[in-house]
Amino acid sequence: MLLNVVPVLVYAERRVSALIQDRLGPNRVGPAGLFQPLADAVKFIFKEDIIPGHVDRVLYVLAPVLAFLPPALAFAVIPFGHPVLLFGEKVDLALAPANGGVLFILAVGSMGVYGIAFGGWASNNKWSLLGALRSSAQMISYEIPLTLAFVAVLMTAGTLNFAEIVQRQSDTWLGFIPAWNIFQQPLAFLIFLVAAFAETNRLPFDLPECEPELIGGYHTEYSSMKFALFFMGEYLAMVTMSSLLVTLFLGGWSCPGIDPRSLTLLSGLASVAAFSAKVGAILFVYIWVRWTLPRFRYDQLMNLGWKVLVPLALLNIVATGFLGMP
Amino acid sequence: MPKVLESEEMFVNMGPQHPSTHGVLRLLLKTDGEIVEQCEPHVGYLHRCAEKIGENLNTIQFVPYTDRLDYLSSMSDNLGFCLAVEKLLGVEVPPKAQYLRVLMAELNRIASHLIAFGTYGLDIGAFTPFMWALREREVILNLFERVSGARLTYNYVRIGGVMRDIDKTFETECRKFLKEFPDKVREYHDILSYNQIFINRTKGLGYLPIDLALAYGVTGPNLRASGYSLDVRKFEPYSGYDKFQFDVPLGQGHDGQVGDCWDRYYVRIQEMAESARIVTQALDGMPTGEYWMEKFKRAPKLPKGEVYFRIENPRGELGYYLISDGREIPYRLKIRAPSFCNLSVLPEITRNVYIADVVAILGSIDIVLGEIDR
Repeated sequence: MLLNVVPVLVYAERRVSALIQDRLGPNRVGPAGLFQPLADAVKFIFKEDIIPGHVDRVLYVLAPVLAFLPPALAFAVIPFGHPVLLFGEKVDLALAPANGGVLFILAVGSMGVYGIAFGGWASNNKWSLLGALRSSAQMISYEIPLTLAFVAVLMTAGTLNFAEIVQRQSDTWLGFIPAWNIFQQPLAFLIFLVAAFAETNRLPFDLPECEPELIGGYHTEYSSMKFALFFMGEYLAMVTMSSLLVTLFLGGWSCPGIDPRSLTLLSGLASVAAFSAKVGAILFVYIWVRWTLPRFRYDQLMNLGWKVLVPLALLNIVATGFLGMP
Repeated sequence: MPKVLESEEMFVNMGPQHPSTHGVLRLLLKTDGEIVEQCEPHVGYLHRCAEKIGENLNTIQFVPYTDRLDYLSSMSDNLGFCLAVEKLLGVEVPPKAQYLRVLMAELNRIASHLIAFGTYGLDIGAFTPFMWALREREVILNLFERVSGARLTYNYVRIGGVMRDIDKTFETECRKFLKEFPDKVREYHDILSYNQIFINRTKGLGYLPIDLALAYGVTGPNLRASGYSLDVRKFEPYSGYDKFQFDVPLGQGHDGQVGDCWDRYYVRIQEMAESARIVTQALDGMPTGEYWMEKFKRAPKLPKGEVYFRIENPRGELGYYLISDGREIPYRLKIRAPSFCNLSVLPEITRNVYIADVVAILGSIDIVLGEIDR
């Protein structure tokens, strides 16, 4: 299911960018260009798969897989709907509901950097190497504010289980304001949003690829499906990050009007729809930002990470702690 | 015994095939991690012997070759060469031809600066301004196509006048464009000029002091961004520029220093507005009469002697130096390309900057390789 999101996202990115840039975008393949991602996939599969002679073969082949797997794995623990009763059994709408889901995400998420670092290193190309260096530094730096933003949410939620975190957000205040964490933790939300952009290597923080400077960055030497794996990895990471954002701050699958305690299939589907709509909105923001903002410089990025986001996140944790004291 | 770890600089070739060198320029960077200690441009990958060709063809035949020098502002390059030949011949073209030439040269300046603006956005990492700039440039190119049949290499200005008169549709389309243009410029400011990320990337970067600029022969918007008012159109008016009202924008140092990348970028945006003013005046005051002198159907015999003529092309001072020994074919032709001199200052202003800054500084100088390598 997750893999199917990627073509849709690629198509959306193209159409939205065309909309922003006053162009048409793909509109030839199929109705309104809907089959364009299919054509892309066919192109990727039939391209010649070149392994340049000067590369470290093992890491070179391993890197795209490592870039692709972590975001796909991380998505497994995110609940995308409330539990439903199917054939008399209570089924959680998550691929692998885990008690310590949050820890799992953090652990797996930070694996992503290996794919890029190996890719850049194994390519044995100066530009790729620079891209990989930047990427390692960037992802490690931004993991910290990301995690700290997590912590603040966990402090209010008091659990490491995603299903419970969402469950807690499904109430309403005063009957109409949804009790989402974004209202309780606006600062954590902002920090998380910025760090998520950096973690997924998207503009304005897409320094590892950074076409004008580094040509293609870490994937300069890749072609065919290996390149496609990097490509899909990036989009998967976007989906996973958006899902995480929605789960932690925007109430996950909950939505005013959906009874979180109901176990019917219809209500379950409605909750999945609510989750998808929220993720879609966040993804739109991703695309929107990419096509409007210029790129940060390497040192500016590091300054933002270490001198702004980390102190803010720490402050936020302290504040949460004090406010949360009984 | 502990082993001492050595670190050494890495030499990186940026180009000739690189997305941000604006053509086939090769920059040899000496880098220490992300810091560039030295940057050395290597030119010549696009050398086509333009000057030598000019010494083997008569003047009418050479005009199309001038199109290929600065391919983003072919009108200006045509104009400079034709004016040089006309000065050598001692001819003054009819007023209508002068106005048409100014009109086209200024429209071309807008088109050229639009590319400079758009590609600068690309260099900084914003893709959308580029598409927006191309959208407006498209209108100008359509106008040029209408009047000259070509969209890039116009060969429109010719010796003794211009190729064709403009028609009613051209005028209405052009006026429509001029009316909409200020709104578009406002959009550019919104998306790029006053974007905080963009300002942070460009302010104080690649600072070019006036004396350094003058020492290297930097001209055009780059020099004016440093605060030195030098515009050939003003102090040595040609082709009737003295009849037009326009200002020469200078660098203001919005957030950083006067003469940084942001200033160079911003001066170009302001110049587009000034060019639009000139175009409006040219359309309003368009005289009637001949647009081309019939006697230049065939290549003229050049009188013995030499001549240097310079004009303000979108990138700076473009000069043609012609020596004639009395034949139709010049004995020697030398072209002073503004981009070449502007590029020569690059190593001076890219010391100890980040790799990303090299791209930003190079983009702010706005070079065209066709003109540098000739």
